Amino acid sequence: MDVILGLTTKDAVIVATSMAAVRGVSILKSDDDKTRVVAPHTLVAYTGEPGDTVQFAEYVQANIQLHGMRNETELSPPAITSFVRSELAKSLRSRKPYQVNILIAGYDTATEKPYLYWVDYLASSAQLPYAAHGYAAYYTLSLLDRWHKKDLSLDEGMKIMEMCVAELRTRLPIDFKGIQVKIIDRDGVRMV
Amino acid sequence: MDAIVARYSRTAGVEHDDLRGEEQYDCSAPSSLPLLSLPPISQPAAFLRAHTDDASNPDCKIKIAHGTTTLAFRFQGGIVVAVDSRATAGSWIASQTVKKVIEINPFLLGTMAGGAADCQFWETWLGIQCRLHELREKSRISVAAASKILSNLVYSYKGMGLSMGTMICGYTKLEGPAIYYVDSDGTRLKGDLFCVGSGQTFAYGVLDSAYKWDLSVEEALALGKRSILAATHRDAFSGGSVNLYHVKESGWTYYGNHNVGELFWKTKAEEQSFENVPTDFTVDA
Repeated sequence: MDVILGLTTKDAVIVATSMAAVRGVSILKSDDDKTRVVAPHTLVAYTGEPGDTVQFAEYVQANIQLHGMRNETELSPPAITSFVRSELAKSLRSRKPYQVNILIAGYDTATEKPYLYWVDYLASSAQLPYAAHGYAAYYTLSLLDRWHKKDLSLDEGMKIMEMCVAELRTRLPIDFKGIQVKIIDRDGVRMV
Repeated sequence: MDAIVARYSRTAGVEHDDLRGEEQYDCSAPSSLPLLSLPPISQPAAFLRAHTDDASNPDCKIKIAHGTTTLAFRFQGGIVVAVDSRATAGSWIASQTVKKVIEINPFLLGTMAGGAADCQFWETWLGIQCRLHELREKSRISVAAASKILSNLVYSYKGMGLSMGTMICGYTKLEGPAIYYVDSDGTRLKGDLFCVGSGQTFAYGVLDSAYKWDLSVEEALALGKRSILAATHRDAFSGGSVNLYHVKESGWTYYGNHNVGELFWKTKAEEQSFENVPTDFTVDA
């Protein structure tokens, strides 16, 4: 029942993740961060099999950082997505595949464009204006279909994100302990 | 006195005088019901599931029509009812032109989700009971009472595999506009806003975000239609067309059949919405 949500505006990406870490019938943590900053302008948000999620996110994070140090350059969000997708594709045919679903939110400083990618554990990847994983998708995608427009301002984007969170609060049967929101734009990643 | 006691102390249940001696499943349904023959086994629901449940047994021979989006909500101007029109049997689209609003009488509407046959049969049966009430009592039945007849009926068949999720919507002097959600578990809920079916979450998403009590009739009809459209776009088991109804003091009025194929592109162009659906394939992403 984790909530992983993302939407693009004209020059930023807004990512929202739920803060509950649930195992069985208990909430073990109520300020969990389900994201990793993999490059100065790129954030990975994840959900899926407990254990696999953080392992995979930190594995790609380390490799992308290593690439950054060796080449003294930052990979673009499309390049990072391509790398993450290929790692999942390799993993899928292994003995124990990573069961991790991911959103990749980034800002390409070269083209000055925001990017949002939806990637699942089967290594499907799609660039989208807005995306969600899990049960949250069932409530928010129709709402985003309705209200999301091209070239939104950051304020308008935040308004729509608030509508999504309000809907999840009223309809999701389980308490997800609030939502953490991060913005990715030309200044990098920041928490709201 | 004894005669009165005897009349009411009889155990509730279908009487099977003509079947006495034969092996008969005790379904304990009220005696006013039509007699339905049941499979001569101890657990009808398990039997039914084994032969019809596509999820637990993809090889099953009978695929019951399922998958729907229906909604109804109360507002300042009465009630809006909107439904899609797709029937699916497994992964097969069996029909795109199903009437999922059942016109019980000029003041009562029932919506259809779950087993198409169950809803259609029992809601027309409900229409008969409502007419009989009218003849006996010389006044129209309340929505509360009508919905309770249906909920008591489905409850009497609980565990025998009925599948329905329905909203009974109507307007009476006594109650004003009223909506009751009734499902085959026996749940009966009064409320202002319900979405039922596989596409319910998508409909809720749009409906909750724009719903206000003070909506005009025109706005409310548009919102109902738009919410079903949202569900047909995201839920594979919903589609076809939107059927729209408005219920007010003078009874219900039908606001037409709107094909989703045309409605989608029209809505997208007007609202500049459905941003994830590209229209221009010449620009490289």
